Amino acid sequence: MSPAVASGLGLWGVPLAVAAGAIRVSTPFLYVSLGECITEKSGRVNLGLEGTLVMGAMSAYGISYLTGSPWLGVLVAGAAGMVLGALHGWLCGLPRVNDVAIGIALILFGTGLAFFLGKPFIQPVARQLPAIDLGFWSSSPEVRSALRVNALFVLGLVLAPGVAFFLDRTRWGLILRTVGESADAARAMGYSVLRVRLLATMAGGFFAGVGGSFLSLFYPGSYNERLSSGQGLMAVALVIFARWSPVRCLWASLLFGAASALGPALQSIGMTSGYQLINAVPYVLTLAIMIATSSASRSLPGQPAELGAAR
Amino acid sequence: MVKTRRTPHRERSTSILILALMGMASLFSSSCKKDSQPESSATTASAPGAAAPAPASSTLTVGFVYVGAKDDYGYNQAHAEGAKAVAAMPGVKVREEENVPETVAVQKTMESMINLDGATLLFPTSFGYFDPHILTEAQKFPAVTFLHCGGLYDETKHPKNVGSYFGYIDEAEYVSGIVAGLTTKTNKLGFVAAKPIPQVLRNINAFTLGARSVNPKVTTSVVFTGDWSMPVKEAEAANSLIDQGVDVLTSHVDSPKVVVEQAERRGIFSTGYHASQAALAPKGYLTGAEWNWAKVYTGYIDAIRANKPYPHLLRGGFKEGFVKMSAYGPAVSDEAKKKADEAKAGLTAGTLVIFQGPLKDNAGKEVIAPGVSMVQTDVNLEKMAYLVDGVKGKLP
Amino acid sequence: MNARVYETLSIRVGALALSFVLFGGFVALAGADPLDVYYQMYRGSIGTWFSFQNALLRAAPLMLTALCTAIPARLGLTIIGGEGALVLGGLAAAGTGLALTGLPGSVVVVAMATIGFAAGALWVGAAGALRAYRGVNETISSLLLSYIAIALMTYLVEGPMRDPTSLNHPTTRAIPPDAMLGNIPGFDVHWGLAFGIVACVLAHILMMRSVFGFGGAIVGGNLRAALLCGLPVRRMMVIACALAGGAAGLAGMAEVAAIHGRASDSLVAGYGYTGILVSFMAQHEPLAIVPVAVLFGGIGASNGLIQRADHLPDATVNVLQGILFVVILASETLYGRFSLFRPASKKDEPLSSAAPPAPPGPPVPPVENLPEAAA
Repeated sequence: MSPAVASGLGLWGVPLAVAAGAIRVSTPFLYVSLGECITEKSGRVNLGLEGTLVMGAMSAYGISYLTGSPWLGVLVAGAAGMVLGALHGWLCGLPRVNDVAIGIALILFGTGLAFFLGKPFIQPVARQLPAIDLGFWSSSPEVRSALRVNALFVLGLVLAPGVAFFLDRTRWGLILRTVGESADAARAMGYSVLRVRLLATMAGGFFAGVGGSFLSLFYPGSYNERLSSGQGLMAVALVIFARWSPVRCLWASLLFGAASALGPALQSIGMTSGYQLINAVPYVLTLAIMIATSSASRSLPGQPAELGAAR
Repeated sequence: MVKTRRTPHRERSTSILILALMGMASLFSSSCKKDSQPESSATTASAPGAAAPAPASSTLTVGFVYVGAKDDYGYNQAHAEGAKAVAAMPGVKVREEENVPETVAVQKTMESMINLDGATLLFPTSFGYFDPHILTEAQKFPAVTFLHCGGLYDETKHPKNVGSYFGYIDEAEYVSGIVAGLTTKTNKLGFVAAKPIPQVLRNINAFTLGARSVNPKVTTSVVFTGDWSMPVKEAEAANSLIDQGVDVLTSHVDSPKVVVEQAERRGIFSTGYHASQAALAPKGYLTGAEWNWAKVYTGYIDAIRANKPYPHLLRGGFKEGFVKMSAYGPAVSDEAKKKADEAKAGLTAGTLVIFQGPLKDNAGKEVIAPGVSMVQTDVNLEKMAYLVDGVKGKLP
Repeated sequence: MNARVYETLSIRVGALALSFVLFGGFVALAGADPLDVYYQMYRGSIGTWFSFQNALLRAAPLMLTALCTAIPARLGLTIIGGEGALVLGGLAAAGTGLALTGLPGSVVVVAMATIGFAAGALWVGAAGALRAYRGVNETISSLLLSYIAIALMTYLVEGPMRDPTSLNHPTTRAIPPDAMLGNIPGFDVHWGLAFGIVACVLAHILMMRSVFGFGGAIVGGNLRAALLCGLPVRRMMVIACALAGGAAGLAGMAEVAAIHGRASDSLVAGYGYTGILVSFMAQHEPLAIVPVAVLFGGIGASNGLIQRADHLPDATVNVLQGILFVVILASETLYGRFSLFRPASKKDEPLSSAAPPAPPGPPVPPVENLPEAAA
């Protein structure tokens, strides 16, 4: 319990809460956008990650509750995401099938399936993922709590440059990007475009599933049907916002998380007027930055060429 | 990837096919108006607008409509528990539907329960169902009774087959506040609220007044999330309040589960709402303000079955047994228990009035004049639009 | 041509049938009786006159919000902001109705429809303009604008536009009763349904049969060709998005004028989102939107019955919609695969309609100074 000393940081609480929010809220966005980044680099859009996110959250919670191991839950969530990703990849591989439409269909299917199977898990409490106390050096409980991160976040910090490295400097990454830039060139080199895209979509699904597990097993650490309010879809949007760069996906997620935490932080120091508008700040911010950085005369730099053709 | 091309032929033939199927089906169905349903025990009305037939058998079919999931550890669950009590009554059949939004969908759900299930008593439990949905349906089906949770029934305006009920849960919040006020070490309480509507403000105020009645130095900080169920925002709100030094958290959202769990994780206290969340916070849960809808529902059904008139504007608190407190948690001191039980007794007997003058709001304005005592049934309380002194936060 | 029509019909019917079979298997695994579920679905959607009207009632807003995705799709734009346009259209309509209290009812209704349309048109048109003139991806911008619109509406309804007597459920004041949309004579469904059907017909004529629509198809198909033809590409994008948003705004107006009589957060009911599904399922063809919307309406209408009679959770319907959607989309791949439907000719001719189109001719140099048509 907090010491009897009058704690509370007053105005300083706001930047701290924003920073803490950036860490807490950004992790699912980070994972989903990294996954989608990989998928889109291969030339395919997977909008269905919203459904995958929810499915991941539900399965992680359920497995953690049933087996007592949250990490197993994370793994199963990733596996569930991989299955949904495989479904998406396979369906889109059939001729004349529209990626975007299948993605939307899978949002519906994934979410519906997750809610259906997750009914028995709304009530019980599952074991949570452990936290790492990065703030052990601080005497202030607020700072300590803000820096109480989860291994998934730390892993995400490492993954972002890791994925970038994979895409830019490894052979597999090069194959992936070739498929995304010019399917003909890839075919000419002897690679199966469909197989690469299928694997990329499965990888994306795995990431998204893990991102979902963070929601239900760490923050907010609870499962119910309102857990995701469009985070999966926003994360897919963040990929475009980040111009398909994994490291920029990290910054974009942190920015979005920070902006989302602003509203509650301001309210907790007493500024409650216009809270609905403050809660819209993340969206306004994202839109403003998109407008500022887009250009009518050049196509978005970094956009895989095959992405547009896949309509 | 091949671009999918629309071909006019294909779409037109599909349209024609589906339209034809629909047309045939509706022709078929409208020509045989009687719908014989083997499982349901009541007959069905032949056309919308006709009064539902009075069941020949004594089975009463009661319909419950929830705006969210039945097992949300909160608002809807409290109603569902009441519905379970009703289903246990002899000669009563219960039909439930969950996740019905506050749009025309609920009108159709109710009509469906009336027409296809033979329900003659409906409990649409979300506030937003009242106007226009219940009012519209009540006029269409004068033989069916609609009992709404939270609405403000006005017999000059509303049809006779409608009633509204609610519980004075602010009495329970007052008692929770007492326990919170005596347990806090930092004298800072936190309240995570959905929207600044009178029912919520009344709870915030009662909680604060209760806490201040035993500990005048206490303040309550409020954060509005904007909607009834937003787990991430509720968690953010909880954490930012805790960062400000709050050490007892409570909430008025559809599912307090997230707030209680965050409090427990950060090692502070919490009080609950709607139903008991004690299982989620074995160390930090103090007590909670709970509904006892089973009492309300069974009371209504007894009255209706005995063909006695039922109250159209039903309200009740501790005295009537409509609200109750969660069991005290391990952290509650004996002194707090004593004070809380005293207050509860006072509220039950009617000797303790929560909202009485002189009362100032948190901007310094007087909102209840000295000497004025607003008992629970005072309709002014249903229009509350202020935050009492001691609450931090302006009304948006 | 006969063979093709048969092919289309059988593949569609087959896809529908397969979806229902898969769904039946799914509910069987969940412990319910599939045949009973089918029966309840039939009963709840078209089995009685009441149910059918329920389906129509639910379909009414969907037709309009589906147009919000369908019209720009012709130009190659993917707009998913129908929800925000609906919400703002409803709010604007309510505001108009309140401002014009006292004028004859029919005048107010026309004014509300116009202003509701305009509000939606402005909002989604903005997304189109951002795309045309600034290259901002319209999918994201329409999504973000949608969230912002909902926040704006909530702020206005709970604040400046709030009806002081709307205590526990903030709404605007009620529009005058004679400005409310009534029911279509003989039906228990409001005039919004007629709006939807008429709008779909008009959209079909505009996008499939007019010069504008033809030009739009060129923009969507090959941007460079469109520019070479001298088409005013930017303007067309904005117009298409404006029309799309206007349709959704009209749906919002119908919700306010026919159901609620006032604007509140009840407008945020997911109609915009479901409209996207309807549009994709109908492959963005406005005439097909009508029956697909009714299909979705029917599924939604039977939801309650499935919950109550078969004790299945509410999410069951989402699973059905997902299966339906996936199977129908996947069935696209079957066209041209069956020799049954090919006109009697040499059997070893290569599959004609399933093969991808011939690769493009000499590579066209990348377009330097124009907004990309693709995302």
